[in-house]
Amino acid sequence: MQEDVVVVKDFNKTYGTTVAVDGISFVVHRGEIFGLLGPNGAGKTTTMESLEGLRHPTGGSLSVLAVDPTRSPGRLRDLIGVQLQSSGLPGSMTPLEAMEFFCAYHQVEPRYDLLDRLGLGEKKNAQFSTLSAGQQRRLALTLAIAHDPPVVLLDEPTAGLDVGSRIELHDVMRELQAKGTTIILATHDMAEAEKMADRVAILLKGKIAATGSPIELTATGSGLVKISVASEAACLEQNAGAFPAVSQQSIKDEYVIYYSHDAGATVPAILDYLKAHDDHLVDLRVERPSLEDRFLEITQPDHSNGGYS
Amino acid sequence: MTAFLHHFMYDFRIGLREKTLLLMNYFFPLGFYVLMGLLMTGLNPTFAPTMTPAMILVAIMACTLLGLPYPVVESREAGIFRSFKINGVPALSIVTIPILSSMVHIVLVSVIITSTAGPFFKAGVPVNWGYFVLILLLSAFTFASLGMLIGVISPNSRSIVLFSQLIFLPSMILGGLMIPSEMLPPALLRISLLLPTPYAMAAWKGMAFGMGSTFDPLLAVLILLASGIIAFILAIYLFTWDSKNKQRGHNPFLALLPLLPFVLGAIFLGA
Repeated sequence: MQEDVVVVKDFNKTYGTTVAVDGISFVVHRGEIFGLLGPNGAGKTTTMESLEGLRHPTGGSLSVLAVDPTRSPGRLRDLIGVQLQSSGLPGSMTPLEAMEFFCAYHQVEPRYDLLDRLGLGEKKNAQFSTLSAGQQRRLALTLAIAHDPPVVLLDEPTAGLDVGSRIELHDVMRELQAKGTTIILATHDMAEAEKMADRVAILLKGKIAATGSPIELTATGSGLVKISVASEAACLEQNAGAFPAVSQQSIKDEYVIYYSHDAGATVPAILDYLKAHDDHLVDLRVERPSLEDRFLEITQPDHSNGGYS
Repeated sequence: MTAFLHHFMYDFRIGLREKTLLLMNYFFPLGFYVLMGLLMTGLNPTFAPTMTPAMILVAIMACTLLGLPYPVVESREAGIFRSFKINGVPALSIVTIPILSSMVHIVLVSVIITSTAGPFFKAGVPVNWGYFVLILLLSAFTFASLGMLIGVISPNSRSIVLFSQLIFLPSMILGGLMIPSEMLPPALLRISLLLPTPYAMAAWKGMAFGMGSTFDPLLAVLILLASGIIAFILAIYLFTWDSKNKQRGHNPFLALLPLLPFVLGAIFLGA
């Protein structure tokens, strides 16, 4: 049976008359990577900060390994590791000092190996303000996991990272997950959420608009499949809407793009049409909707394009 | 304890590493001391006997009023205190450690001033070293607590300048550092007693340097101690981790309370 590590029940938070979070509930299980998605102002940061004990809920309840972050902040400290969105370190502090400083407060031995593991070994005596954005974020992650917490909260962990650093960081997250660490990941990067998260919740105006695994979420969208076709003679450009199961079509560059309810019916019809018109296929792509498409469909319904951006 | 020591050692190193703090902790007070030693001892014969405590007080004010509050505001505004809170750094450490490390910087500068002022500028030498050190530590604690309180209540750097200069500038002119308090007209003497410096000078002169002072030096010690303790307690009480997330919402005017002992001093001692 899956163990509930983080439990959020009917949580709401208001600032004066502004409702930041409006009665959300979700559960995160042990060893799960849970993505918290949403546009700016959706309530992601308020939820994360409340789980970290930085904000007090207006109503409802939160618990991390059965500890209430508001009532027992002291007990929470060793249970969670947090990578904040902002720097969170003095500009003149070095990675080495930061490691010793925070490990001393967590009463654990400094994890110098993690500095090397995340590519900060050569920069361990450089001041924080002289590190690149990527190095600063890697240091923040290093410090968040140095005391080996069972729950890690990451706020935009890969923002500003190059591809190599991003992959490295994803590898670290996978390693943590394999050890049983529970990770809550707040991100704007849909590709990252789709790749890393076991389940996601999409927040919109303080409420959960959708929740489930990335595959479940994309399956519950409009269901349209995107079929992009390029041919030598471009004969398809004259065949507006004549193929079965196609609800929309458009032209972009040398591709004709169809949105189909049934790719199995549409694709053979396209190939037959090309053959009949003595045209030759150059490229054919069939894509299911991505999490980003589904996200846009939920958060910007007026701007969605049959499930596609 | 290990965490506290780590934090203290880090904070002390920052006082040497950060250019602004290094300037305020060492270069400015020592430069000012040399300048005054070269100029004032020739111009004003009454300056030399009180030069050592006066220059130490300049060092104390530079370190605590012009240096200490800035990292407090910057750390709060940059979310550094939030990070500290998440990692279990207590508010008491955040308030106490900069006060203690400032006191160590002040002691180091005071050693330089005290050991050189006599030989180089014929400055007065303490006759009671025990009281000299005690009043040094007391003055450093009181000013550092006031500086921390300024950092805690200031929303930004401009406010620090305003609050700090409200104490620093009048203290330089009326605090008995350049001109002995006894030479001030009665009205100005009473105004000067609203500041901490005349009390520190009176305590040093009366108890450590064997000189006369305008009022009982023991009272001066008690007034300084009372102000320092009130400022320290209020700095902890009013401390906020995050300017965007004030959950306690205390009245910032409470921060005026450490001035109460000086107001009482001005009323009862300035007569």
